[in-house]
Amino acid sequence: MSNIIDIKDLSYVYLPGTPYEQQALKDINMVLNQGELLGLFGGNGSGKSTLAKLLNGLLYPSRGKVRVCGIDTSIKELRNELWKKVGLVFQYPEQQIFEANIYDEVAYGPRNLGLKEAEVKSRVYQALEKVGLLPETLVNLSPVKLSGGVRRRIAIAGVLALEPEILILDEPMAGLDPLGQELMLDIIKKRQEMGTQSTIIISHNLKDIIALADKIAILEKGSLLFYGEVAELLENIDILSRFHLELPDYLQVVYALKARGKRTNRDISNLDEAGLELIQIISSQKGN
Amino acid sequence: MSGRAENMIQLIDVSKEYKMADSCRVALQHINLTISEGEYIGILGLNQSGKSTLARLLNGLLKPTTGQVLINGMATDSPQEIRQIRQLLGMVFQNPDNQLICPVVEEEIAFGPENLGLPPEEVNKRVDWALELVGMQEMRYHAPHLLSGGQKQKVALASVLAMQPRYLVLDEPTSMLDPLSRREILEHLCRINQENHITIILISHHPEDLLDAKRLILLHEGSIYMQGTPKEVFKDMEKLKAIGLKRPGLYQLIQQVEEEGYRIDDNIKTIPQLVEMICRI
Repeated sequence: MSNIIDIKDLSYVYLPGTPYEQQALKDINMVLNQGELLGLFGGNGSGKSTLAKLLNGLLYPSRGKVRVCGIDTSIKELRNELWKKVGLVFQYPEQQIFEANIYDEVAYGPRNLGLKEAEVKSRVYQALEKVGLLPETLVNLSPVKLSGGVRRRIAIAGVLALEPEILILDEPMAGLDPLGQELMLDIIKKRQEMGTQSTIIISHNLKDIIALADKIAILEKGSLLFYGEVAELLENIDILSRFHLELPDYLQVVYALKARGKRTNRDISNLDEAGLELIQIISSQKGN
Repeated sequence: MSGRAENMIQLIDVSKEYKMADSCRVALQHINLTISEGEYIGILGLNQSGKSTLARLLNGLLKPTTGQVLINGMATDSPQEIRQIRQLLGMVFQNPDNQLICPVVEEEIAFGPENLGLPPEEVNKRVDWALELVGMQEMRYHAPHLLSGGQKQKVALASVLAMQPRYLVLDEPTSMLDPLSRREILEHLCRINQENHITIILISHHPEDLLDAKRLILLHEGSIYMQGTPKEVFKDMEKLKAIGLKRPGLYQLIQQVEEEGYRIDDNIKTIPQLVEMICRI
């Protein structure tokens, strides 16, 4: 099984048949291979979070089909099976922490799976390590005394301890300071390096997504504006013209040069190289 | 101290400590700072640097442990003057949901001016004015809680502007917003500062938010770590790195180009502007 996610002609309508009826998703088609990281990008109200809820069966499609790990998400009897495979971390997950100490918080999910306490313990420790926390020093602390960034990592550990095949993170960077954002990037990169697990990151920040993703989906008002590999996106001038201010800094330079019809001399893959390119352009213009 | 200083905010040797059951945390120490009316100030710092404490000291939500905070000469720890201080100085917070209370946008914006005891015609005028300033006229009769995050933040901004404050303090107002809404809010702040001469004090942990500021104040562990124009502050990469801050890519590029002997105009605020300027040299 290589297609871990298979979405066909998916549409979703909120409150159909009422004055508040709203089409949140329209005719979405998408396939994701096992081990890939998908970045789901769009503005407020584009349908990103609706799509996440459809992937783990919190919502059923109004039309079309969603298959995740081979399971049709609209079959109610299979939902328990589905939830073991798909871990969804909501926005600001630190707000939903409720246990009195960190160990019980992270152990909550595995215990509900009916695992033996020895297995629960090993999962808790592994999950805390995966989010860059030292389990031995932490497990007995109360989560309320920790900073928001650390609490968010604990909430994510709670989902990782379920060992899901697909991890969905809704705006994992939002509200973190630059240091916290970098830590979160590291956690996600490490998971990706394992190679077999899939991850979906929902974000309104294209910079984060480009730095991490294998594939990118851009949603706009419920429609899929773009779906493909990062390299394809960077070739697509039409799409980029609308989102160029959201690109990482070095790509903003590349795009701005392309848009002015300047040929760039070499592959620019970081900001230093972009700066050298600019210097070269100045000196060649002075020379003429 | 020499008399009452009108038209400015003064922090005189301000420290703030939070006392807990068995410990004490110093959030700000010995801050001396003067902000003149009409300035656009950016305040930058990571979590725990004291940014939000500073914001809450400015309108008297918090009182300094030692030192004095004066708004147009009025001390924030004086109960007689706090009402007038809060008319002069408006606050917008990170999460607009926390400050929106009325079922209709229009009522939300009228709430402040009505509480000032203004006649209905004047209230109406101010609602019109504030809605226009943030480009939300067509949402006048909508319900705030059904708006998008960016629209809500604009309503929160308008409801503070309707009080016609001289100073506007914004604590991470863009952190819940998508990039488009974020840019819109920042553009509105620029206009409000330039055309309506309202002082802007914008607090953020994202350097990119603060490029429009005329003066950037960098807080670290409760003290002022650096201060200057964005260009001056972002020039010193080593000093920024030492406290875990990255500078915006724009300023790395500017420095790289300037080290080759080319001068980049101070008005350049985005990478496309920089590239355009360079292509024209």
